[in-house]
Amino acid sequence: MWECCKALFNFLKDTGLEHTPGKKMAAVQDAPMELDAEKETKPEILSDGTSNLSGNTASGTLSSTPLTAGGAPKQEDQQTLIAVLQFLRRNKLTESVEILRREACLEDQEDSQTLDGSGGGKDGGDAHSLLSRVSIASAAAPQSTLTPIPVKSEYDQPDVSVVLSAYSQQGDPSLYQVYYSSLKNFIESVLDCHRAELSQLFYPLFVHMYLELVYNNHENKAKVFFEKFSGDQECYYQDDLRILCGLTKKEHLKGNEALLDFRTSRFVLRISRDSYQLLKRHLQERHNNQIWNIIQEHLYIDIFDGMPRSKSQIDSMSGSFAGETRREVNKAKVRYIMYMKESTKRIRLGPENLPSICFYSFLNAYQGLTAVDFTDDSSLLAGGFADSTVRVWSATPKKLRKVKSATELNLIDKESDDVLERIMDEKTASESKNLYGHSGPVYGVSFSPDRNYLLSSSEDGTVRLWSLQTFTCLVGYKGHNYPVWDTHFSPFGYYFVSGGHDRVARLWATDHYQPLRIFAGHLADVTCTRFHPNSNYVVTGSTDRTIRLWDVLNGNCVRFFTGHKGPIHSLAFSPNGKFLASGSTDGRVLLWDIGHGLMIGELKGHTDTIYALKFSRDGEILASGSMDNTVRLWDSMKAFDDMETDDFTAATGHIHLPDNSQELLLGMYHSKSTPVTHLHFTRRNLLLAAGAYNSQ
Amino acid sequence: MAEERRQKLCSVILPTESMKAMAESVGVGSLQEESCLALSEEVSYRIKEIAQDALKFMHHGKRRKLTTGDIDHALKLKNVEPLYGFQSQEFIPFRFASGGGRELHFYEEKEVDLSDIINTPLPRVPLDVSLKAHWLSIDGVQPAIPENPPPVPKEQQKTDSTEPLKAVKPGQEEEGSIQTKGQGANSAEVKGKEKMRMKPRSTHELSVEQQLYYKEITEACVGSCEAKRAEALQSIATDPGLYQMLPRFSTFISEGVRVNVVQNNLALLIYLMRMVKALMDNPTLYLEKYLHELIPAVVTCIVSKQLCLRPDVDNHWALRDFAARLMAQSCKTFSTTTNNIQSRITKTFTKSLLDDKTQWTTRYGCIAGLAELGHDVIKTLIIPRLSVEGARIKAVMDGPVVSNIDKIGADHVQSLLLKHCACVVAKTRPLPDMVDQYKADYGYLGTMLCSHVVKARAQAAFQAQTVNRTTLTITQPRPTLSMSQSGLSASSGSRTPSIIKVPSSLTLMSTRPGTPTQPSPPATKYIVMATSAGAASTQQVITLSSSQSGSSVTSTVPSTPTSLQPLVKLESGTTGAVSGPRPLQKYIVVSLPSSSSSLENKGSGVIPSSTSPISMESAVKLERSESPAANTQSPH
Repeated sequence: MWECCKALFNFLKDTGLEHTPGKKMAAVQDAPMELDAEKETKPEILSDGTSNLSGNTASGTLSSTPLTAGGAPKQEDQQTLIAVLQFLRRNKLTESVEILRREACLEDQEDSQTLDGSGGGKDGGDAHSLLSRVSIASAAAPQSTLTPIPVKSEYDQPDVSVVLSAYSQQGDPSLYQVYYSSLKNFIESVLDCHRAELSQLFYPLFVHMYLELVYNNHENKAKVFFEKFSGDQECYYQDDLRILCGLTKKEHLKGNEALLDFRTSRFVLRISRDSYQLLKRHLQERHNNQIWNIIQEHLYIDIFDGMPRSKSQIDSMSGSFAGETRREVNKAKVRYIMYMKESTKRIRLGPENLPSICFYSFLNAYQGLTAVDFTDDSSLLAGGFADSTVRVWSATPKKLRKVKSATELNLIDKESDDVLERIMDEKTASESKNLYGHSGPVYGVSFSPDRNYLLSSSEDGTVRLWSLQTFTCLVGYKGHNYPVWDTHFSPFGYYFVSGGHDRVARLWATDHYQPLRIFAGHLADVTCTRFHPNSNYVVTGSTDRTIRLWDVLNGNCVRFFTGHKGPIHSLAFSPNGKFLASGSTDGRVLLWDIGHGLMIGELKGHTDTIYALKFSRDGEILASGSMDNTVRLWDSMKAFDDMETDDFTAATGHIHLPDNSQELLLGMYHSKSTPVTHLHFTRRNLLLAAGAYNSQ
Repeated sequence: MAEERRQKLCSVILPTESMKAMAESVGVGSLQEESCLALSEEVSYRIKEIAQDALKFMHHGKRRKLTTGDIDHALKLKNVEPLYGFQSQEFIPFRFASGGGRELHFYEEKEVDLSDIINTPLPRVPLDVSLKAHWLSIDGVQPAIPENPPPVPKEQQKTDSTEPLKAVKPGQEEEGSIQTKGQGANSAEVKGKEKMRMKPRSTHELSVEQQLYYKEITEACVGSCEAKRAEALQSIATDPGLYQMLPRFSTFISEGVRVNVVQNNLALLIYLMRMVKALMDNPTLYLEKYLHELIPAVVTCIVSKQLCLRPDVDNHWALRDFAARLMAQSCKTFSTTTNNIQSRITKTFTKSLLDDKTQWTTRYGCIAGLAELGHDVIKTLIIPRLSVEGARIKAVMDGPVVSNIDKIGADHVQSLLLKHCACVVAKTRPLPDMVDQYKADYGYLGTMLCSHVVKARAQAAFQAQTVNRTTLTITQPRPTLSMSQSGLSASSGSRTPSIIKVPSSLTLMSTRPGTPTQPSPPATKYIVMATSAGAASTQQVITLSSSQSGSSVTSTVPSTPTSLQPLVKLESGTTGAVSGPRPLQKYIVVSLPSSSSSLENKGSGVIPSSTSPISMESAVKLERSESPAANTQSPH
């Protein structure tokens, strides 16, 4: 039973992504346009979903399916559901079958399917192939003895084996170089305006042709091909090329998840209609079928009408593992609006009024500091260390105390006024407390908003919840199995999100030991996770150099941002919930307009990975902290005001970034050999920075 | 789009020989070439994969250096058992050996003597993680406190002063852009102006804390309490963030010298010179902008006719020597083709040296100042003058007694000339050393010079001998190799040595403590091998740059022999005595070839002026040089 559910789980994880656009559309259209009520309704919805399916271990994920399928399920959605039902039935999970059928209103379709004799057989095959795929995906060792039937139109969800078989129909391997260079010559000879656009083809074609050569055991030809053309690729693909160049055997191909993803997901290019026509004509004239096949099968070309884009426009959006964003992906409505409290005590910040920065240096950390967090009221500070410990410090003179033991608590007069004071054990008062429990480096820590709990995520694959009353571990959330890179509490507590090496982000509630949602879609490690200030969305950054925004309610990916050239290591929402800032190893901060789904700014200046980003409490200033030992302050208001959001830009998504980083930079403060690991604005807009002093 | 500049990616694979070696090590005798190739490709691919995964752990660990721990975690990801017990902080201790036509890398596992371990004093307990808060910025301005880096880094100061139009300070650039924003926000105009941006004026407002600091420091520097002064000088020499106070200090010094020269206050002049030295020693300061005040002050202390109230008794010569060395140091550091400091200084000295009416005191200063500038200067400017000066000295010595002061002056000039010229002559003049020849060439001073030169040569020869005996051991860090050398070195060679390269100006055996820089160092290397019995064997190669490393160079002074003869000093001398219970520090000091000059320096032996403040200086320096090693984790 457990095994089955796990397989099902994985299956949903697999399919979840590719259907999201369609589902999300439906969900959004159905949803009433309530803005302020969201906060109240959301927990109920979630708890409903979980209680419905209590007893089923996969409840969290299943509940997402009915919600979305309630709209107008497309043909393939139905097929998926039917396959799932078949699977459940065969494993005698009748209760789950019932629930799923009821929720998905599937009775009639399914019945008609089963009535049809051949249909039943086909279904069995479907389920079988699905299962085999699941095992392939999870075990990462495709040994497909049966030839699976491509259940879905491979348009949206190319099957692993389909892709593999696609590679088997090969042209003459010796001609690959000729094909590629003829295309290269063609692209270099076209008009300037088209050249930039068509140049985007180089990288995906290069990778696919190389993989094809490797797959068909033309090792030496592949090597020659790589050496000849790898120099042409854009420098931001360097990391991927490095992986690629090590990969010289068909056997390597099977184990490499990153490249498996590259082949199963289609590389997205955005090309204007004119350029596309030009390309098509050329390929048809030359009968260059090999390339045409690859374009047809492995690339997704998003054609738009209008002016071709310039090189800089393309460069600003490209760089991710799987090309650019499809235009329609970011069309869904995101309700980012939230109610903001005005605080009179707060110091108004601005270009003329820069915040003071207080720097907390961790001394004697011996390079072992891996994560830091402050409580919202800035009274506590937590550090995660490579030696598996979590330490909590008091940032105020008030010392940390534990609650007394149960026997001692019995002796307390419970009626007294200062009972809250009396329950604390004075003897345990100290400046800092150590929390032991993890068995690997702690990569993420997050305080709950009410500062009663602390979350920590670690290399050992667990997320732990600690009580700050007793300073003990309350729960260990297992699920990721692989290192968990980051975790973050929701702005109102109770829920939290975590992301890790298993390439998914998970949404948890503190009182459930199983995740409520699994956000699958990233093609590589999920490196950082953040909650939207209104709790309805979760944003994740990944090693595949993309950012995804997920709807907590239905688990859909509602925004997909490309443009970073390195793994993303920091994310921050503006306090009004409209904008997002992201920082990566390439030393650039990118600003995003969530509503329009557009990149609206690029802040250049840092020379190393940006590990910390934070908006001031009013959103006027963005602070960024980096491995290059600097804290920089940016004029975020100006950055947001400067952006041009005319209808055309919004419609096409072609942004034109002004190069104004220098104007936006308000201040730069060097620390003395201390990389900045975390930034935090106090409620009065004092900036706190933290990092480990590096004595070398 | 083709990026020519980036390095070419290519798939590197392990050599098949390694596969063979590994196969042999597990007992597989003959492996076919093809299987080797297949194996090595596979292994290379897996290693790369693991390395790429390990990089992720490095990034998330927020480090720049990949550690063995990262590799372990990456192995864990792949369900491979990590390497247990393999911990290495710094380097991977593989050794290379060749012989019998085979080349091998192997992991050296030493036989450890248990008694060594038992007798080792326990290492310091690593300090616990602690938290310290400081202000990185107050209302947008970074306060100049020790926790923060110096407001203007030294390179910036240097470019500021050497290329004033090119450099725009980062901090002020921001201010500038803010101002322009406030003014008109006419961005096009601003962009146009950017190219011709004027060098912004720097502000010279000191905070209250800085004013207090300035007051304390200056008072301590010229006050009567020696301990306080030492502390203050150390602060000047080491604290970052003094940049803003530099104009004040330089004015303080120049005014101080002006007043005290008139009043003949030798003590104060000495104090002020020590301040100059401390400022020069500060690694975060670049003094070029303030040389117009500092150089006159220093030169005054070199050549002034009278520096003290009783010239016949007081040792103002030491001050002149000290100031001359400062002058030489600043020439070396700051002289460029544009400011021509060195040639201007040389001209000044030469002019008054050539003047017949110059007094003995000034004459002494001029010669000292020139001599410190290096051997070339001595050769071209002083040696040709030897006969003239000799005649002058003779006139005073043998002639009618004019005054005691003159006599003392002449005496000092004589010894100074002999000291500096001997080593240069020894290098340039061919053998043999004939007294008559010398007399013919150098006049009155010839006789004495000859004896000095002979002494210098002897010393050089001795040193060369020592070098031949010991250098071999040093290049052989491997204890397993047999030591073909003398017992002296063998005992120390069996430990991993620290190799310290020290420029020749090192005061190792020089008789003048506290002067790190001497002009024109010939390429002499000192290798100091330090071993301590039973201490953890760490291998360190420390290379000290020859120009600026004043304090660190002298740090070896106290521990190295200062006597003339023993170039090699060994405690616990016999072979194999290393394992003794005492945690002894042993030093072997060896100088490598082309090293004669510094020896001769020493040979010409001038006794350190123990009364002068300079000896105090060395004490201060010692203390300073030790302090960085004491605690490493604090950022200040």
